[in-house]
Amino acid sequence: MIGIVGYGAYVPHYRIKAEEIARTWGEDGWRIIKGLGVQEKSVPDLDEDTATMAVESARNAVVHAGIKGKSIGAVFVGSESHPYAVKPTATIVAEAVGATPHLTAADFEFACKAGTTAIQCCMGMVSSGMVEYGLAIGADTAQGRPGDALEYTASAGAGSFIIGKKNAVAEILGTYSYTTDTPDFWRRPSADFPSHGGRFTGEPAYFKHVVNASKGLMEKMKIGPEDVDYVVFHQPNAKFPRHAAKILGIDSKKLEPGLLTPLIGNTYSGASMLGLAAVLDVAKPGQHVLVTSFGSGAGSDSFLIKIKDEIEEKRSRLVPVMNYVNNKEYLDYALYVKHRKKLKSL
Amino acid sequence: MLGSPSSWRRIPERYGLIGSRCETCKTNYFPSRQICPVCRRRGKIVEKAYTGKGKIYSFTKVNVPPAGFEIEAPYMLAIIELDEGPKLTAQVVDCEERDVKIGLPVRMVFRKIQESGREGLIHYGFKFALSK
Repeated sequence: MIGIVGYGAYVPHYRIKAEEIARTWGEDGWRIIKGLGVQEKSVPDLDEDTATMAVESARNAVVHAGIKGKSIGAVFVGSESHPYAVKPTATIVAEAVGATPHLTAADFEFACKAGTTAIQCCMGMVSSGMVEYGLAIGADTAQGRPGDALEYTASAGAGSFIIGKKNAVAEILGTYSYTTDTPDFWRRPSADFPSHGGRFTGEPAYFKHVVNASKGLMEKMKIGPEDVDYVVFHQPNAKFPRHAAKILGIDSKKLEPGLLTPLIGNTYSGASMLGLAAVLDVAKPGQHVLVTSFGSGAGSDSFLIKIKDEIEEKRSRLVPVMNYVNNKEYLDYALYVKHRKKLKSL
Repeated sequence: MLGSPSSWRRIPERYGLIGSRCETCKTNYFPSRQICPVCRRRGKIVEKAYTGKGKIYSFTKVNVPPAGFEIEAPYMLAIIELDEGPKLTAQVVDCEERDVKIGLPVRMVFRKIQESGREGLIHYGFKFALSK
């Protein structure tokens, strides 16, 4: 049995409202909020980056799991905003959770799904007996070009999952991936901001991969949409996951507890991880969760997860996702520009 | 600005809040000491990892920061008294001046301390946030 032994979340303290971004660019704020379903997004502090958020969420996960840092045999950090182009984020995290030196570690990149791919790698290493525990992290301080539609959603956050066999709070019953070469969103090494294919990011990219991965997993596990209690999809906005649920015939009510985008924006590699963490915060033993991530470029990883009795025992050690979501302070656009160092002189 | 070796040497202290303790007189130290100033040669120094919980002993608002911290000013700087005894100086993040009071409980958080320019190393370590 492979499962989630512990998990942790992190969302920065600062927010900017979609309305404030719209005001700056002369757009109709109400139309954008209605269109994207995103009211505000998280903004990292000046001294925060993917490494600091990954560490905060990983430390929460280690406390929640109730394990020693030294027992972690693998640390993988998925992100598209690693602080260094060369020098791993994973070693910083491994050192900060006390897992060094007897472990393997690496950074992953697959747009918004690198974190769930890290979970799959940890599952493989744990089930083969190579490691006792693996730490999989999805973290991002997402970039959006000023004035671009992405600016309303690109936010910051991190989710960490410790994969192991003993005392799991949830069992991972199965996983399935769907991957193709689809150029919907990209960033060249020297570019500060990503480029995207506009509407092309929808049908041939997000929907094709999310729907096919979810369908593939349900067929593999011989279940239907009615057999799952909660669904978490990658959430670039609030509209896409709701539409994907509709295509798959899933009741949108099952989506709501794990849909954080309206309140914190799109945390990229953190998005499906934080959505799953929010669901685990409220799920009851015996319930089933379907999680499907999406990474541009493009691919989806789908997981079927069953909640176990241990979830109730470990809840007292948890920092719930909503604690981070509700603890906030607003920035205006000028301070946001300073925080994200969008001026050339910064 | 720290170079690679000096930055690397301070990783246990800055990431894990690792100091030391004299087993003879039961005194905790942070940063760590090689010799106990009380017990001298009778002292027995061992490694001590602090929990990162403490309270604000005193604080100030930094309006005129040292080089490398300009973009962060104004920021709150405090002397933190750790639950285990030692005091240290650190930034208090995610708060305004009005939020900070002497005696308030704080917890360690992991942040960027300094960057050695655009191409140099990024130095990480502890700062503190008000406990919620």
